[in-house]
Amino acid sequence: MSGILVVVETAGGTVDRLSAEALGFAAGLAKASGGDLDAVVVAGGEEAASAESVAAGLGGYGIATTHLVTGEGLAAYAPAAWAAGIGAVVADGSYDAIVAPGSDRATEVVAQVAARMGQPMAANVVSAEPGGSWRITRQRWAGSLLEDAVLDGAPRFLTVAPHAVAAAEPVAGAQATVARVTAPLTDADLRARVVGRDMSAGAGVSLADAKVVVGGGRGMGSAEAFAMLDELAAALGAAVGVSRVATSLGWRPHTQQIGQTGTRIAPDLYIACGISGAIQHIVGAKAAKRILVINTDPEAPIFRRAAYAVIGDVHAVVPAITAEVKRAKGTG
Amino acid sequence: MRILVLVKRVPATGGRIALTDDGRAIDTRFLGFVVSPHEECAVEEAVRFIEANGGESVVMTLGPAEAADQLRDALAIGVDRAVLLETDGSDWDPMATSAALTDAIRRLEAADGPFDLILVGNESADSGGYQVGIRVAVALDRPVVSGIKALEIDGRVARARRQVSGGWDVFELPLPAVVGVREGINLPRYPSVPGRLRAKKKEIDTSSPERAAGGGPTLDHLKLPVEQEAQVEILGNGPEAAPRVVEVLREIGVL
Repeated sequence: MSGILVVVETAGGTVDRLSAEALGFAAGLAKASGGDLDAVVVAGGEEAASAESVAAGLGGYGIATTHLVTGEGLAAYAPAAWAAGIGAVVADGSYDAIVAPGSDRATEVVAQVAARMGQPMAANVVSAEPGGSWRITRQRWAGSLLEDAVLDGAPRFLTVAPHAVAAAEPVAGAQATVARVTAPLTDADLRARVVGRDMSAGAGVSLADAKVVVGGGRGMGSAEAFAMLDELAAALGAAVGVSRVATSLGWRPHTQQIGQTGTRIAPDLYIACGISGAIQHIVGAKAAKRILVINTDPEAPIFRRAAYAVIGDVHAVVPAITAEVKRAKGTG
Repeated sequence: MRILVLVKRVPATGGRIALTDDGRAIDTRFLGFVVSPHEECAVEEAVRFIEANGGESVVMTLGPAEAADQLRDALAIGVDRAVLLETDGSDWDPMATSAALTDAIRRLEAADGPFDLILVGNESADSGGYQVGIRVAVALDRPVVSGIKALEIDGRVARARRQVSGGWDVFELPLPAVVGVREGINLPRYPSVPGRLRAKKKEIDTSSPERAAGGGPTLDHLKLPVEQEAQVEILGNGPEAAPRVVEVLREIGVL
């Protein structure tokens, strides 16, 4: 028992960002423990074709063997089916730990594998020391608090906290051995499944993936005032996000909420307008590279996280910036 | 239709979290307590389903005696019955928690019939384990999906939507099922005064479960993350700062 198994997800035919972070994290563990580093990819759902092509290429991330899970029941994403497939790979007992990205899918899938096997799982881990009993550090309160804990298990399951560790950079050329595994599916594994994807409500730039996010909070004062943020966002090709106050007052839909109970963003720039910076909001913007604050109150907690600030009323400052951006782009 | 909602009592943390001297818990001496936010929405969702379709809703929590307050919050907005699995208030790991909840669900179902739907929060605000609802579902052999922000019941099928990049994944699962919901699925109501008075008089089904050993992760201690305070550059005051802002946008390559 001395291997690490990484659960890898793909997006558009390549290793997705959270999986690259999980691969980097797992490579560190394998180095520390001196064990093998393998991966599992489920060839199913909307990424069925790309999963195949990604499997061998994981050699570039230091993966020795990629278990490629295939099966007829995997056409549409089904959490329990994915769990059954990964469970089949884990069942032979050759892994010390299963490491997964902290995505919605991977988290629910490994939780199901852990539950089926009656083994512990730790979510949102930021560091781990392999050994007899592993010492781990994991996030609580979406990262505003950390927990040092002991994680045992045969195997132990953990997810890697999003945007908390560096993503691995692949080395070109190296190939992993691909071992095909047929998922042992039962009808029960297909009870909960995806029956369709609705892109109608998701028009515009996705908040989680946006390079620039324009955010508004209580200081906007009204639902109508958000129109100026829409305009600035359109000029910058940015997504609009809001604080929890703005959704609980009904100013904006919850799909735009940034924070512990909303979306976690990771843009190059977050422009926070009229947002004071409660910890529940800040944890959602933790992975932003830079924050530009526009606020009348220089004592607001968000200034402690800001790289840049404009002191002033958002209602005057934001339209001025939008006009200046349009002028600079020659569209104003 | 019978719906069970699983909730957790959590402190309402404000601007800064303070820890107890032994570092094993949050110092809650000056804090209020609430139902964890995703679960508050789960309670609201259950009440709406029962209002629309008839039936019974039950709320259950595992926690200290004081967690009865959060159960009464749920009763106050219209949940019919409350069940408290009373602990000494110490930190139960997700395996022990889900084992105790599963035992209690079996007891409730044996007495009054099966729950068509069990609603849980996607993750608790405090410990954020992301697994208790899933472990309960696996133990009861029921389908489960997490992260749901829209839910409808059509006969014996639940249709549930989860936000993905650029849109929504639409799931179907046959009842009985377990669904983990997220804030945003609805906007929870505030309890009315008559609702609060009614809740006060209701009896809470209280028992003390055995804590299963051998789970994990096992808490050693809590710590506050080391925050790197950014060195903030003031770009100006008021709308006159706009040209300097655009210069900076160019410098950092977003324009």
